[in-house]
Amino acid sequence: MSLNRRELLGGAAALTTAGLLPRVALAADTIRLGSILDQSGPFDAYGKPMAMATQLAVAEINEAGGLLGREVEVVAYDTQSDMALYSQYAQQLTRQDRVDVVHGGILSASREAIRQTMRKTGTLYFYNVLYEGGVCDRNIFINGVTPAQQVEALVPYAMNNSGKKVYILAADYNYGQITARWIEKFVRDNGGEVVGTDFFPLDVSDFGSTIAKVQTAAPDLVIAPLVGGPHLSFFRQWAAAGMKDKIALASTTLGVGNEHKVLTPEEGNGIMCAYNYSQELDTPENREFMARWAAMFDGDQSMHEIAVSHYHGLHTWAEGVRKADSIEREAVIEALETGVSITGPGGKVTVDPQTHHAILDVHLMEMRDQKMAVIETLPQRAPIDTQAVCDLGANPDDNTQYEIEI
Amino acid sequence: MDLSFVILVEILYAVASLVLISAGLAVVFGMMKVINLAHGEFMMMGGYVTITAVGLGVNVFVAMLVIAPLIVGLIGLVVERLVIRHLYGRLVDTMLATWGLSLVFIGLATMIFGNTTTGISTPIPGFAVGAYQINGYNFFIIVVSVLLVAGMYAVLRGTRGGLIARGTMQRADMAAALGYSPDRIYMATFFCGSALSGLAGAVLAPLVGLVPTSGGAYIAKAFITVIAGGPALIAGLVSSAASFGVVSQIFTFAMSPVIGEVALLVAAVILLRAMPQGITARLFRGKL
Repeated sequence: MSLNRRELLGGAAALTTAGLLPRVALAADTIRLGSILDQSGPFDAYGKPMAMATQLAVAEINEAGGLLGREVEVVAYDTQSDMALYSQYAQQLTRQDRVDVVHGGILSASREAIRQTMRKTGTLYFYNVLYEGGVCDRNIFINGVTPAQQVEALVPYAMNNSGKKVYILAADYNYGQITARWIEKFVRDNGGEVVGTDFFPLDVSDFGSTIAKVQTAAPDLVIAPLVGGPHLSFFRQWAAAGMKDKIALASTTLGVGNEHKVLTPEEGNGIMCAYNYSQELDTPENREFMARWAAMFDGDQSMHEIAVSHYHGLHTWAEGVRKADSIEREAVIEALETGVSITGPGGKVTVDPQTHHAILDVHLMEMRDQKMAVIETLPQRAPIDTQAVCDLGANPDDNTQYEIEI
Repeated sequence: MDLSFVILVEILYAVASLVLISAGLAVVFGMMKVINLAHGEFMMMGGYVTITAVGLGVNVFVAMLVIAPLIVGLIGLVVERLVIRHLYGRLVDTMLATWGLSLVFIGLATMIFGNTTTGISTPIPGFAVGAYQINGYNFFIIVVSVLLVAGMYAVLRGTRGGLIARGTMQRADMAAALGYSPDRIYMATFFCGSALSGLAGAVLAPLVGLVPTSGGAYIAKAFITVIAGGPALIAGLVSSAASFGVVSQIFTFAMSPVIGEVALLVAAVILLRAMPQGITARLFRGKL
């Protein structure tokens, strides 16, 4: 019974790829890539484009002749934004489907559920999402931007454009809490002062009193690592109160799920952010990537920061396999640890051997007319937060998510 | 001075938005005793109707104040005919059925509108109060909820229909004996309750980013407000919204938004411990 189901799922994935491509000359046996993403439910705005990125990257890899002369086959599960399904499908991928690598997970909780299973069963794991930093595990490779990579760039830029007094409004869970601490550190390092910090539960959508409180503190700049639909209300209410031209705004999360396309130009214009990717990046790699994406998905334009991180992650893995000339976990890890690098739509991405995180370009941006206009590119930023606590060369057996002291 | 005015406005706004969020539920649950777990989804639909109508070029105020309540009321009517009318008087069953409904509505909204956050921008500009900027839309919400309460009072108190509806909710058999059809009165009342929920969702839409699951954020507050209000419909709604609005805003200002939310819940627990039947079972007795 379970065999049938697995063949069915595998077959479906192979069909989607095969339909779009000239088939590669194949050895009998495929390389199996497990994918676990929320393609439905509240997180599907993140997960759907990531699943599309998986399809696109695997199609490209196969088009280029596959890996080791074998085709890559995707075994995909939709976790429906349900944490319980993550452990279940992670088990299924390793024990039943016997995949060679797993890419996926969106929220930090889902990553931790997958990570421990992959570690136990010795399956290589890639997590490709902007996150709070600090994961130290030799079995995982991480392609998302960490707070220090992003905040270190964003804070000085935003302070130069506004002033020294900063107010922080953050989502009240580990991402927001940790990011707020990093913001505080870099504000101080740049000779500024944090005049107030407020945290908001994820379902709070009323920011009236907060806006009054912020005005009482009279900062020059508000930095807002706020998350999700309800928190989007802040940017709307801020503009509605007429604050937009009075106090500058910056965010470490706005735009990751293409939120800037929801805000009107009057609400969004001038908000500063810093990410690895923007659709507005004017590079040959990005133009080509966007064209291929649109061609494959019928003109769709939903590619965003974490879909692109995911795409980078898949190609980084493929590069590791090519370099190792093997699909064995240990061989691929060692190959990746030599500092493999690829150039993708977000710029050059290099594996940092010490932390298994990515060294990548961070682009400073400003929202203009529902686009994220790139102002400046800071090349090859290292994940200095995780580097401060994690050294996989010295402790290959480490298995901790460090909470970084700032 | 400016600050105290701003705080006052924010408190009034918080009370007004609680009244708005809970008004529909006060009718459906407070009057009709239907535990409507799909209340939040009715609000969500009100929001989507507004956004869609505005997208089609309808004036935003017409969309919010006329079209959204009407359409959500009609959806409520269909729901009442298909599901709710079979379940009057069966509290637990209405709870299960409306929970299922809420899942269906979320699913449908996701299919139609997708899962990305949408919204419209606020139609009223902000203005300055001394050194402060206030959201002008807050005043609109305050005005809408004052008119809403006055309207509900006028209908229930002053019109024959209101009297019949109140009577039927208390003794359906007696109303039937007097020649009124409880079936129709229940239907009409449910329509009004749904329309009020739709109105609330519509009026709040320009302030929030809307997703199909948005309803979940309102449901707990709406139930707390209605339950703490107790048996009297309007006096209960206003008095409990006022207590919770004041408490949560004061704590939000003095400490933080997290504490504000917690304070609201703590206030609810204390209130229900002191007055298990709700505020109006002890105070304002016999009021509407």
